[in-house]
Amino acid sequence: MSLASHLPALQVVLPLVAAPLAVLVRHTGAAFLLVTLASWAAFAIAVLLWQQIGSHGTISYALGSWAPPLGIEYRVDRLSAFVLVLVAGIAAVVLPYSRRSIEAEIPREQHYLFYAMFALCLTGLLGIAITGDAFNIFVFLEIASLSTYVLIALGRDRRALMASYQYLIMGTIGATFIVIGVGLLYLKTGTLNLVDMSVRLQEMSNHRPVLAALGFLTVGISLKLALFPLHQWLPNAYAYAPSVVSAFLAATATKVSVYVLLRFYFSVFGESLVFHRLPLPEIMLALSLAAMFAASAIAIFQDDLKRLFAYSSVAQIGYITLGLSFDSVSGLTATVVHLFNHGITKAALFLLIGCAVTVVGGSSLSRLAGLGKVMPLTAFGIVLGGLSLIGVPGTAGFVSKWYLVLAALEKGHWWLALAIVASSLLAVAYVWRFVEIAYFRAPPAGLPVRREAPLSLLVPAWLLIAATIYFGLDTSVTVGSAAGAAAELLGMAK
Amino acid sequence: MNLASHFSYWITLFLMVAGLFIVIARGNLIKKLVGLGIFQTSVYLLYIAPGKLIGGTAPILAEGFKVYSNPLPHVLILTAIVVGVATLALGLALVVRIREAYDTIEEDEILLQDHARETEAPFER
Amino acid sequence: MTGAELILAGLATPLAGALGIALNHRAPNHREGVTLVTAAALFLCVFALLPEVLAGGRPEISMFEVLPGLALAFRIEPLGMLFALVASGLWIVNSLYSIGYMRANNEAHQTRFYVCFALALFSAVGIAFAANVFTLFVFYELLTLITYPLVTHHGGDKARNGGRVYLGLLVGTSVLFLLPALIFTWHLAGTTDFTPGGILAGKLEGFALAGLLALYMFGIGKAALMPFHRWLPAAMVAPTPVSALLHAVAVVKAGVFSVVKVVVYVFGLDALAGGTDWLVGVAGFTILAASVVALNADNLKRRLAYSTVSQLSYVVLAAALLAPLSVIGAALHIAAHALGKITLFFAAGAIYTAAHKTEVSQLDGIGRRMPWTMGAFAIGALSVIGLPPAAGFVSKWYMLSGAMAASHWLAVAVIAASTLLNAGYFLPILWRAFFRPARAEDKHHPHGEAPLPMVIALSLTAAGTVALFFCPDVPLALARGMLGDLP
Repeated sequence: MSLASHLPALQVVLPLVAAPLAVLVRHTGAAFLLVTLASWAAFAIAVLLWQQIGSHGTISYALGSWAPPLGIEYRVDRLSAFVLVLVAGIAAVVLPYSRRSIEAEIPREQHYLFYAMFALCLTGLLGIAITGDAFNIFVFLEIASLSTYVLIALGRDRRALMASYQYLIMGTIGATFIVIGVGLLYLKTGTLNLVDMSVRLQEMSNHRPVLAALGFLTVGISLKLALFPLHQWLPNAYAYAPSVVSAFLAATATKVSVYVLLRFYFSVFGESLVFHRLPLPEIMLALSLAAMFAASAIAIFQDDLKRLFAYSSVAQIGYITLGLSFDSVSGLTATVVHLFNHGITKAALFLLIGCAVTVVGGSSLSRLAGLGKVMPLTAFGIVLGGLSLIGVPGTAGFVSKWYLVLAALEKGHWWLALAIVASSLLAVAYVWRFVEIAYFRAPPAGLPVRREAPLSLLVPAWLLIAATIYFGLDTSVTVGSAAGAAAELLGMAK
Repeated sequence: MNLASHFSYWITLFLMVAGLFIVIARGNLIKKLVGLGIFQTSVYLLYIAPGKLIGGTAPILAEGFKVYSNPLPHVLILTAIVVGVATLALGLALVVRIREAYDTIEEDEILLQDHARETEAPFER
Repeated sequence: MTGAELILAGLATPLAGALGIALNHRAPNHREGVTLVTAAALFLCVFALLPEVLAGGRPEISMFEVLPGLALAFRIEPLGMLFALVASGLWIVNSLYSIGYMRANNEAHQTRFYVCFALALFSAVGIAFAANVFTLFVFYELLTLITYPLVTHHGGDKARNGGRVYLGLLVGTSVLFLLPALIFTWHLAGTTDFTPGGILAGKLEGFALAGLLALYMFGIGKAALMPFHRWLPAAMVAPTPVSALLHAVAVVKAGVFSVVKVVVYVFGLDALAGGTDWLVGVAGFTILAASVVALNADNLKRRLAYSTVSQLSYVVLAAALLAPLSVIGAALHIAAHALGKITLFFAAGAIYTAAHKTEVSQLDGIGRRMPWTMGAFAIGALSVIGLPPAAGFVSKWYMLSGAMAASHWLAVAVIAASTLLNAGYFLPILWRAFFRPARAEDKHHPHGEAPLPMVIALSLTAAGTVALFFCPDVPLALARGMLGDLP
């Protein structure tokens, strides 16, 4: 077998190997180089896999040549390829940024450990997206989570420790719920392979343990993806983590959890069980709406920009789960495309806040006063990212909103379409809070007249901002992939 | 089917709820971790118990044995135990750091300290 | 150049101009030179398209698909031609005026001012040329965002509060109403192209049709239908050139232009028959109520702003009458009111620059010190009232004829009553300026006319107002051309 046929394994193994190597070299520069190269390679592999899916359809890879369903299967379909590209892509952009950023935020002797943890986190997230084995999902989830707890705790504020601890408790409860769900499914079906499991579940959709498994999985994954009101861990975790960690997590961690939810709902349980036997869509709809309005409203009153955007993330996750609850191609397209669009937007925003932190020394709104004068590029980038959160045409956020409203109208839910657009007005309010503070207030005393962040920080951040604009204008890649994935998910379920 | 024959599930359920209750109700960070451990352990039981067949033996081919227990849950739970140990270790490490930073491991006191600092100097980080 | 190339050139010119202005930020003379050249080049591009459009051609170009089946595309029909001509032509004059105003008042951030102005014109041209509702929506939102820095140009609390109202209402209405309307149109028709005769014929009726129309009419907040008109007075915190070109011409006309386009090319006059009485009512109420507010406003710019609110609703009213004659009137009014109102704003800015006066009650006897300015003001006022020899008379004539032809007596009554109100809030200003003696304290502050570029600019637009009365051929031909598109 040629190397190309082992791409699915390499996708996970490369960053996995990079992690212990980074610890062994014990040198900041070498560790940085190793992990960055691994992430670039992972990105290249993800793109290659995504292309292969486009031309040849789903790839099934038997790990260690143990044939599924007995062995662990790596399975790449449209949805997982899309998520792989997102995760690896964000990592590839964020890592070059991390070098300068963590110098300001993390003690130097811990740098190589930071890179090791980052590589592990990347491994876990990629693994979740690529594996076709239920228990394997849990293992990768824990690899990603444990490294995430460490990354958050590296924040320089002591509150980062508490944020990490709370996330650890909530995250472990979520993961344990997931294991319970998987365990019940295993007890019923006798298999852990997702495809096999879905076949065997066909005949037993009425059995109570199956429904219980659905419940446990839903709650567990919802904790991980911070579905309102299970989001309490998220604002503190994002606010006190190092900037680069906030950016990476906001773009990938919750998104991968959404992927897990989609995978279980549509590929394992099947649409008819999830959406017609239980009132799950109604619950999902209500919680999503609550997230969109409540979290946005809370965001308006935050005094720290990172917390503000963290609450905004909770609201945006509401959009993602709302699309899912429609159980239609447009709705799922909205969900999948918003995974990507919100991912790059939020990553860009947190990276830009990181730029500001290196110069003004904090992310509280009072410190960011007059940012438009001190750091014009950074401030303008944040405004552009904010416009994408609002969903202004010409930005990526608009595309997601378009499909979401379209999906609501297709169902004949007029009021829901209005609710979706109304909630984006709340986004206007919190984004404009920043605008007014950055452009209408004088900078606090003691700041230089004009000092931009170094280019090594600005370039990755603006690369992502440019991407939010680009994917707002040319949507053939994003919408094309998302619509394909949505159709595949629904087609598989029927 | 009677309740007694499902006693392993009752134990599982009891441990599960007890663990979760400790996590939620206790303010001491160590006790929370203990609760979390109990909660996780209950899941180990959930997996292991059904794998055992009455009269079954270890899955080694040998003369005279026809009934074997399912080995797969044991393997899975071995992994889960490793994950649980790692989580506990990390949690304890965090508690050590928290104690260094706040000089307490009671959640309410920590929140009080954070709150006090925010009201004193709301914008200093 | 072919039509498609001219469209591209027309869009690229202001963009390139913005870049040139930004690059010349250290040399004010070069910067203003670039502005003037850009404005002239844009006008030439637009003007070069005129013969083809008059001859019945519809130059078009499709850029790229943003969403599957939904392209950013441009197609010029007569009404868009008219709007583009007015906006780009007046930009030249306004640039001249801006130079005088900004320098005389020592305004800060002049580079940002000119860059945003060029980008605002880019958006206006995009709206004028849009081939479908989607493209129109994209440029509509862009125009709102790009004018925000202009409205809040002075910084400070007053500008910030004005900016909040401005952005809140414009973004609020467009996101809350226009976006769902757009997506619903796409959902129903599978296209959002502006098509003669409309694209919704037979797809909607009764309550749903009225609902969609309401979403569009209130969603296009730039048309300032009550109760979503407050942004326009709020925008008066901007420097006067902004109020003049954007809030008397480009932005507000983009609003009513969109209204006419949606009524004619999305719904179609026939499909709407009988379903627009409520809109006539809302527009009529806006006309009268805004006039009454204007009557009581002492601040000159505020009075002009409410006058604009009222005049914009003329266009909405005329379109809602669905009579061919009134729709011609609506199209003409876009041009006529633009010329008249920009003259009035130019005069207000000139008064502020020369005499530092902002209130109507301070204007006693100013006509003798600033004869050119107040003369131009008089012509502008005549046009807005609708008296000859000014362009406003022509458009009002058509609207009134249309209303009578449709036997819509309520509309006739509204137009008649509002003419009286218009006279009521403009004539006292003229009377004060020319017939009352200057107040005692003014004698210690001798001043003459405003700087020359401003006087030239306002004289030019006043002359244009009169010229349009005597030869309204081109706008009339374009307005008729739009009707030629009707089935």
